[in-house]
Amino acid sequence: MLQDSDRIFTNIYGMHDRTLKGAQKRGHWDGTADLIKKGRDWIIDEMKASGLRGRGGAGFPTGLKWSFMPKESDGRPAYLVVNADESEPGTCKDREIMRHDPHTLIEGCLIASFAMNANTCYVYIRGEYIREREALQAAIDEAYDAGLVGKNAAGSGWDFDIFLHHGAGAYICGEETALLESLEGKKGMPRMKPPFPAGAGLYGCPTTVNNVESIAVVPTILRRGGAWFAGFGRQNNAGTKLFAVSGHVNNPCVVEEAMSITFEELIEKHCGGIRGGWDNLLAVIPGGSSVPCVRGEKMKDAIMDFDYLRGELGSGLGTAAVIVMDKSTDIIKAIWRLSKFYKHESCGQCTPCREGTGWMMRVMDRLVKGEASVEEIDMLFDVTKQVEGHTICALGDAAAWPIQGLIRNFRDVIEDRIAGKRGAIAAE
Amino acid sequence: MLRRLYHDQPESFAFTTANQAWAEGQITKYPEGRQASAVIPLLWRAQEQEGWLTRPAIEHVADMLGMADIRVLEVASFYFMFQLQPVGSVAHIQVCGTTSCMICGAEDLIGVCREKIAANPHEISEDGKLSWEEVECLGSCANAPMAQIGKDYYEDLTAERFGEMIDEFRAGKVPVPGPQNGRYGAEPLSGLTSLTEHESGKTKYNASVQLATDIGDTVKRIDGSEVPLLTPWSGKNATPTSKARAEAAGLAGKPEKPEAPKSAVQQAAEAKKKPAAKAKQAEADHEKVDGAGDAEREEDAGKDAKDAKGQATAPSGDAGADKRTEDGGKASEAKTEKPGPKAGAKDAEPAAGSKPETLTEARGGKADDLKAIKGVGPKLEKLLHSMGFYHYDQIAKWTDEELEWVDKNLEGFKGRARRDQWVGQAQTLAEGGDTEFSNRVKKGDVY
Repeated sequence: MLQDSDRIFTNIYGMHDRTLKGAQKRGHWDGTADLIKKGRDWIIDEMKASGLRGRGGAGFPTGLKWSFMPKESDGRPAYLVVNADESEPGTCKDREIMRHDPHTLIEGCLIASFAMNANTCYVYIRGEYIREREALQAAIDEAYDAGLVGKNAAGSGWDFDIFLHHGAGAYICGEETALLESLEGKKGMPRMKPPFPAGAGLYGCPTTVNNVESIAVVPTILRRGGAWFAGFGRQNNAGTKLFAVSGHVNNPCVVEEAMSITFEELIEKHCGGIRGGWDNLLAVIPGGSSVPCVRGEKMKDAIMDFDYLRGELGSGLGTAAVIVMDKSTDIIKAIWRLSKFYKHESCGQCTPCREGTGWMMRVMDRLVKGEASVEEIDMLFDVTKQVEGHTICALGDAAAWPIQGLIRNFRDVIEDRIAGKRGAIAAE
Repeated sequence: MLRRLYHDQPESFAFTTANQAWAEGQITKYPEGRQASAVIPLLWRAQEQEGWLTRPAIEHVADMLGMADIRVLEVASFYFMFQLQPVGSVAHIQVCGTTSCMICGAEDLIGVCREKIAANPHEISEDGKLSWEEVECLGSCANAPMAQIGKDYYEDLTAERFGEMIDEFRAGKVPVPGPQNGRYGAEPLSGLTSLTEHESGKTKYNASVQLATDIGDTVKRIDGSEVPLLTPWSGKNATPTSKARAEAAGLAGKPEKPEAPKSAVQQAAEAKKKPAAKAKQAEADHEKVDGAGDAEREEDAGKDAKDAKGQATAPSGDAGADKRTEDGGKASEAKTEKPGPKAGAKDAEPAAGSKPETLTEARGGKADDLKAIKGVGPKLEKLLHSMGFYHYDQIAKWTDEELEWVDKNLEGFKGRARRDQWVGQAQTLAEGGDTEFSNRVKKGDVY
C-alpha cells in the first residue's frame, strides 16, 4: 500500500489546514521559483521521465502534450486551460483537490504555464461546483496576496495570471474543444480536429487543455523527481492516482493509491470490502461511465491501470472512477441509465450521436422491460458500431461502449429477461 | 432536449448595484474584445439574483457584452443549469439520478420529491415554495445518493432524511449541507485508511460546508452583498485581497472597481442597434465612437467628482453607457444627450440635473417605509438607502432638477422616479396621509 509520505494530495479530505499557510507547511509552494529557473526543457523532460499520463480519461502522456506547444511565440499569446469540468458519472476526484488541496493545482498551473510559454491560465470548473469554485477562488486570492501568482509570480520572473471560469451544466464541455468553445462564450459544441488546440485553441491561440489532477501533481513530481513518480505502478502506467470508488462497497471513498494496485487490495484496504462479500459482486465499471462494464469475477484480480484494463478486460481506466455493483443491481437498468445520460448530454451537432443516443436509449428501455425480441440485441450492438467513430468528438463512442460492454458481458441476463417475459405471456 | 423561454415574462431586468459591479469585474478576466466569454457567469448571476433566467435578463446580458440576443439565448437554452421557467420561491431541488446515485437509492429520493413537492419535475409545489428535477451526475459519487439544493450539496442521503430536509426547507430553515450520515467529506465512513495523522486537527466542517455555513447563502437570492468583490488580477487593489475581504464584508460600497473594457466591436454592435432611420447618424457615431466613449467617460467622471462627498458613487463609466443604449428606442433623446467627440464634461453636466440633499443614515436610525411609494420595491428601497434617501420628506422636496438627477442615477431603474410620480406620493405620505397603494402595503397585500 502507498505510504502517506508518498502521497501527493496530503489534504485530500480537508482535515488539515486548508489555507496557504497550511499548504506551505505540507511542502507546497516550496522552491517554486527554483523549479521554474531550471527552464522549460528541464521541466518538460522531467515530466516525460515521470511517465505521467493525463488523468482526464484518455491517458495521453502529459509531458508529450506540453511539448506540442510552440517553443517561440509568433505574436499570439499561449494559454493553459485546466479542465475542471468534472462530470463523467462516477468521477468525483477533482472536486476534492479543488476544495481541499487547491494550492497543489494553483502551483501546478504556474509551472505548467511557464513550461508552455503561457502567461495566462483559465480554470474551467463545472457550474454545479459552486462551493468548490468559492474555495478555489479564495485560494487563488491568497496566492495573489502572497505574490505567488501575478506579476513576477513567486519571484520567478514570470508574469502569470490565473482566472477561474465556470460552466453551467453541460457534460460535453469536458471535451477539450467544446470546453474552449464554451470558454469563448458559445454553446459547447466540439470542434473538428485538426487544427489541434496546441496550434489554434482558445481565441485561436496555442492552447493546452489538461485535467485538474494532471496539473496538480506536477509540482510534487518536479520536486521529488520524475524517477520517483515513475517508481509507482507498472511500466507505462506510472505514478499515483486518485481513485473514486462509488456504489455497493461498504465504504465508498476517494483515495490516492499507487497505479497498478489490484482491485481487491483497493476495495479491501480502503472501502471495507464489497457489500455482502466478494461472492455478491456482479459487475464493475472501472473508469467512469464511458468505459465498458466488467463481470465481477474477472475484476477481483484485475490490476487497476490503463494497459491491463484495456488489454485484458476490454475496458479502461478512464478517470479511475470505480462504480461497483452487487447482485441486487439490475445491470440492464444501470446501463440504461447511462444511455439516458448520454442522450441528455449529446450536444446535437453530429447526426449519428444526436439520433443514435436517443435510439439506443429507447431500445435499452425495451431490454430493461424485456419487451423485445432476441434479434434486437444484435441490432442494438450493430447500431452502437455505427455511432462509434462517426462523430466529431468521443461522446458518440462513450455512449456506445457501455452498451457494447453490457451485451458482451451480460447477454445471458438480457436474453433471460426477454425469455422470462415471453414465458409469462405464453403461460397466461 | 427542447428548451423554450417561459410564456410569462417580467417586464424588465437589472442587476443590483453590487451584482453589476461584480459582472463588470468578471468581464475583465478576458482579453480585450473577448467579453462574450463572460456570458455564462453573467447569466448565472442573473439567475442567482432572480431565481430563474428571464428573457429581459438574457437581453440585458446580451447588451452588456455586445452580443446578439440570439447568441445569448442559445447559450441559455444549451446549458441545463439555466432555469428557463420559474422555480419554487424557497428552493429548487436537484436530485442526481445517474448510475452511481441510482444504484444507491436516488429513485427513492425522487419518490419523496413526487410525494412532498409535486408530481412532475419543474412543477412548483402547491404552496409555491419548492420545485424539483432529476439532474445528471453532479460529481459527488462517493457520497451517493445526493441532491443539490440552492448552492449546496446534500450528500449521503436516505429517503427519510431527505423527507425531513424538505420539511425543514419548507419551514424556512436551512439544514447544514454536506454528508448527512456523519461523514466529514469523501473519506471512508468507517474511519481513515490513509492520511491518518491529520485527523486530529480538523475543523468542524469540510471546505464546502464551512463556506456554506460561513456565508449562509444556500438558498438565498444573491444580490452581491454576500461576499466582497475581489479582482486581484487587475493589480489595482490597494489593500491586499484578504484584508479587503475582511474589511469589505458587509459593506455596501465596492472595493476599487476596474473599468470594464469596451471594444470597438462592442461599440459597433451598439451603434448598429439604433433604428434604421438613423442608420447614417449611427454610422457617423460609429466613426467617432472612440471619441464619444471618452466624452462619456468624462461626463461620468464629472458626475463622480460631484458625488464624491464621501459616499459611494453610483456605478459609472461604461455601465452608464450601456444603460443609455438600452433605451435604444428613444434614440433621438439619446442623441441630444450624447455629447459629440469634442463636447467636454461641461456641456454634459447640465443634463445631469443637480444632486439633492442626502443623509448618511436615517434620522433617529429609523427610515420611513419607502416601499409604501408605488413603484418602489425592496430592491429600489435598498438602492435609495444606499444613495442617502431614507424619508418621505426628503423625496417630497425634490425639485425638477433634482428629480432629473435621481432619475439618471437610479442604476437599473432609470426614469422610475418621474414615471411613477414619487414626489407627489411622498408629499402625501410625508404629511401623514395615505395613498391607495400605501393602504394596500399596510394591509400586507403587496410585500
